[in-house]
Amino acid sequence: MYVAVKGGEAAIDAAHKLMAHERRGDPAVPELSTDQIREQLTLAVNRVMCEGSLYDPDLAALAIKQARGDLIEAIFLLRAYRTTLPRFGYAQPVETADMQVRRRISATFKDLPGGQVLGPTFDYTHRLLDPALMDKSVAAEPERAAAEAEPVPHVTALLGQEGLIEANASPDPAAAVGDITRDPLAFPAERDLRLQALARGDEGFLLALGYSTQRGFGRTHPFAGEIRMGEVAVSFIPEELGFAVPLGRVTLTECEMVNQFLGSEAAAPQFTRGYGLVFGHSERKAMSMALVDRALRASELGEETGAPAQDQEFVLSHADNVQATGFVEHLKLPHYVDFQAELGLLRQLRAEWDAARQPAADDTPAPMEAAE
Amino acid sequence: MTAAPAYNFAYLDEQTKRMIRRAILKAIAIPGYQVPFASREMPMPYGWGTGGVQVTASIIGAGDVLKVIDQGADDTTNAVSIRKFFEKTAGVKTTTRTAEATIIQTRHRIPEAPLSEGQTLVFQVPIPEPLRFLEPRETETRRMHALEDYGLMHVKLYEDIARHGHISTTYAYPVKVEGRYIMDPSPTPKFDNPKMDMCPALQLFGAGREQRIYALPPYTRVVSLDFEDHPFERTRFDTLCAFCGATGVYLDEVVTDDKGGRLFVCSDTDHCEERRGAGVTP
Repeated sequence: MYVAVKGGEAAIDAAHKLMAHERRGDPAVPELSTDQIREQLTLAVNRVMCEGSLYDPDLAALAIKQARGDLIEAIFLLRAYRTTLPRFGYAQPVETADMQVRRRISATFKDLPGGQVLGPTFDYTHRLLDPALMDKSVAAEPERAAAEAEPVPHVTALLGQEGLIEANASPDPAAAVGDITRDPLAFPAERDLRLQALARGDEGFLLALGYSTQRGFGRTHPFAGEIRMGEVAVSFIPEELGFAVPLGRVTLTECEMVNQFLGSEAAAPQFTRGYGLVFGHSERKAMSMALVDRALRASELGEETGAPAQDQEFVLSHADNVQATGFVEHLKLPHYVDFQAELGLLRQLRAEWDAARQPAADDTPAPMEAAE
Repeated sequence: MTAAPAYNFAYLDEQTKRMIRRAILKAIAIPGYQVPFASREMPMPYGWGTGGVQVTASIIGAGDVLKVIDQGADDTTNAVSIRKFFEKTAGVKTTTRTAEATIIQTRHRIPEAPLSEGQTLVFQVPIPEPLRFLEPRETETRRMHALEDYGLMHVKLYEDIARHGHISTTYAYPVKVEGRYIMDPSPTPKFDNPKMDMCPALQLFGAGREQRIYALPPYTRVVSLDFEDHPFERTRFDTLCAFCGATGVYLDEVVTDDKGGRLFVCSDTDHCEERRGAGVTP
């Protein structure tokens, strides 16, 4: 007998209770604290802050814990919180040239003002599992040095002195700030909006798109002009004060790609730029973003288009993993009524198909057709 | 550490609600036109009703009575979840009875009981663009709507007829609104399309992920696309509800055993319960 195929409130509550139980795991193992997540799973926290578009390591750590380590779920939690926050205004643009650099490398110059600073990196490690980390580990004290007094100018600024790279557009300070979280995205989208969408876009998606440009689907001939990571000051001008007050510091990773450009009738040959900027320490994301940013400029620069990474509707409409995961997973929701409609149609089509092939009583099947 | 988050009435902040209401007003002024709006992240996933929830959150007041259905039923998991969301964030009265509700949020169905003036039906819409599967680019489809360039859609329907003898769209069946815009009725079965025409209730459509709102003001002409020699046909069931004996309603097929046993029951649970409450049985 048909009892209940449709879900109920009690079932949902029980499922959520079970999920909370599974999240805790074996109670004999000490519970993970959000402090531990923030301090020891920093790169996960960084990714959640970046794609969650909210710089708050504590809340990101909480989201990761609540999401049982599912980072897209954690990003979703953070976004759903962020969107409810009142908007006081917009911070002043941060000056990454003044970054207190913890890592800064250039692949285009062996040495340069400010130097190459390796900083904390997985680069050049051998990816061998370290059994020592199975137990409590004590990290050796790192080397320490006084902060460099020498300024660390951008590589692109050095190239710009010779006019070898396109100048950045100088923004109109009076112009309104584009904001994809407050206005619907329309196409074609200008670069400020594209960069915003890329900054919160899915790391894996941008990685694959950036990679595709390297493999020939929209080649951009990139060089990693510079990647820098460190702290920058954020300031804000409250309307009632009229001058900038510091809000604090955020950790950023910035990537400036230097790309080939042959020049045209109107423009002398010069390098072009692709730009990536993300919260926290995430070079993979910053570099991917810079590659995709440059690819999306193809039509602006009069280049051949047609590759997926050059198609802004394709890239921007599918980069957001909160949107993507929601829509993919919505297929779990009931679709009985539409499926019922399809069932009815399919039965009708099959009946018509059968009827059309029912040989009339006096018909002999044509052997030619059978042979086909 | 940040203080415990506090949320506004019906979750969304008032600024956001005003922005959404402006979009809704514009949508009502241009029936069937998809108005872009700055959709917010909601605490439920995209594709699970965020557009409908934002519309409902923006129009709901403390005195409203809310009904939420999914697949026609009040007790489907997602309907339960959304109803609880508004119980929690807005503290409004909820109901399962169609006639009692001032706002009905729905996914995939229109209630069987006729709606009346003063009621608002809020649809959850996954893909608001009726031309999307014919043309993937938004820039193109917006142009097509602007120029009323709907040839592609008619060709698609014609090809259906040429291939199958009839139009093979059973749900999300496109409609023309007030003789102007072609509109996606959301993935409701085409059975429900005629209910949209000249409906006394306000019908609002919210697509969160796609950032679009559109509307049918009360008493709007809504015509399902067809051809003179191939008129629109409503889905008909040649059986009745096993519980209440209703005919002329949308039925869900229930598999009762592994030997081919089937049962058909009302998709609209409220309609079915009302009839059974009144003592009607098959």
